[in-house]
Amino acid sequence: MGARIVVAGASMGGLRAAEQLRAAGWTGAVTVVGAEPHMPYNRPPLSKEVLAGKAPFASLAFTPKASVADVDWRLGTGVTSARLADRVVVLEDGTELPFDGLVVATGMRPRRLRCPGPLAGRHTVRTIADAQGLRDELTRPGVRVVVVGAGFIGCEVAATAVALGAAEVTVVDPLPLPMVGPLGELLATALLRRHEERGVRFALGAGVAGFEGEDRVTGVVLDDGTVLAADVVVESVGSVANTEWLDGNGLDLSDGVLTDEQLRVGGLPYVVAVGDVARFPNARYDGVARRVEHWSIPTDTARHAAKALVAHLTGVDAGLAPFAPLPTFWSDQHEFRLQSFGAPGLGKGDVRVLDGDPGADVLVGYHRDGSLVGVVALGGQAAVGAAARYRSELLKQPALTAQGIPT
Amino acid sequence: MKVVVDMNKCQDHGQCVFAAPDVFRMDDDGRLAYVPDPDDALRAEVEEAADVCPLQAIRIED
Repeated sequence: MGARIVVAGASMGGLRAAEQLRAAGWTGAVTVVGAEPHMPYNRPPLSKEVLAGKAPFASLAFTPKASVADVDWRLGTGVTSARLADRVVVLEDGTELPFDGLVVATGMRPRRLRCPGPLAGRHTVRTIADAQGLRDELTRPGVRVVVVGAGFIGCEVAATAVALGAAEVTVVDPLPLPMVGPLGELLATALLRRHEERGVRFALGAGVAGFEGEDRVTGVVLDDGTVLAADVVVESVGSVANTEWLDGNGLDLSDGVLTDEQLRVGGLPYVVAVGDVARFPNARYDGVARRVEHWSIPTDTARHAAKALVAHLTGVDAGLAPFAPLPTFWSDQHEFRLQSFGAPGLGKGDVRVLDGDPGADVLVGYHRDGSLVGVVALGGQAAVGAAARYRSELLKQPALTAQGIPT
Repeated sequence: MKVVVDMNKCQDHGQCVFAAPDVFRMDDDGRLAYVPDPDDALRAEVEEAADVCPLQAIRIED
């Protein structure tokens, strides 16, 4: 049998990995294994356009490149274990797949709240099935919605629920401001005001103690004893890495899969990781390994990891520089957009308004040791365009070294 | 090479402009404008533009 690369995970990271393996010159077999029954699809609209009913679920499907027409797709059966030293993965249905090279692309799943109460009526948003179920409930007349977690997905779902005509939408979070982790206080305060003006209520600085209801949820109990009446609850409280299948191989799986600067796993040149499950050092910044859940990461990691893997398997020295992507994210909420370039999270101690003002369109710069490390725009198209003008500046910067940024 | 952008999907994120500035640009109103029949030499950058489109609105037809 000829050489084969197995890609574990059939979402965006798995698709991009397959395409980039071909682009890097791999002519051997490629098998992509995925737990969901669907071909790879685009997830961001699940909390926005698709949840709002403005775009059909069918519009989410990626169009694979012609170069992956001969890829063997094993869908609806996830990987359950791996013996990396033997170069074998085992699928849910018991199939053992030998491989020459392995791409870890199994992604994340939503974290669930473990506090007591019924499960019915409580939703997460990660898959098509999740969004379909949530949409059915959000479109019931007079529905009262409680969103637990004021991050990207929580804020987007809250905005969508208001637009769908929900009677009440309340966002609960233990932190004092929405999205304060990625954005810092200045923009998070501006974001809070915008949401409140558009009818979203907030219970901030509050944790969830439990859920009321018999067969299904009727209320959310906060840790100060307050009860928020709820017909629908959305849990957007972060995610958990799908790495259990890699247990027993001596890997660092403490938060996703630790990789080196070429996205290789566990010192094995024939195993790489891509997408949000990969915890990689970014040579552009401080070299500290982090997982990044932004949408741009599957594409960026797949391009680099495929080159590294194919070079090893074909015995060619790729001469690859360390992986150093420029992170970017966006979020659409109500009629405004957040657009980020660079790493604002590294510069939250020195935040400056570069243009506009927080009450309207605003562009904010994040600095570390006096240097700009990230920009975020909040507002309409003009603000987003202004952010884009800083992108080349952020790209031109020499990669910051470990001594430049204390860890 | 023929490039088609589904303007019903496009939300003017502009990611394609960074990936393939010879083919895509934002006009003065912040709306996307593009060359529908770019030279085949630009295929790699147009493919990257299609990859990074948040709405997956860019299609390459040979």
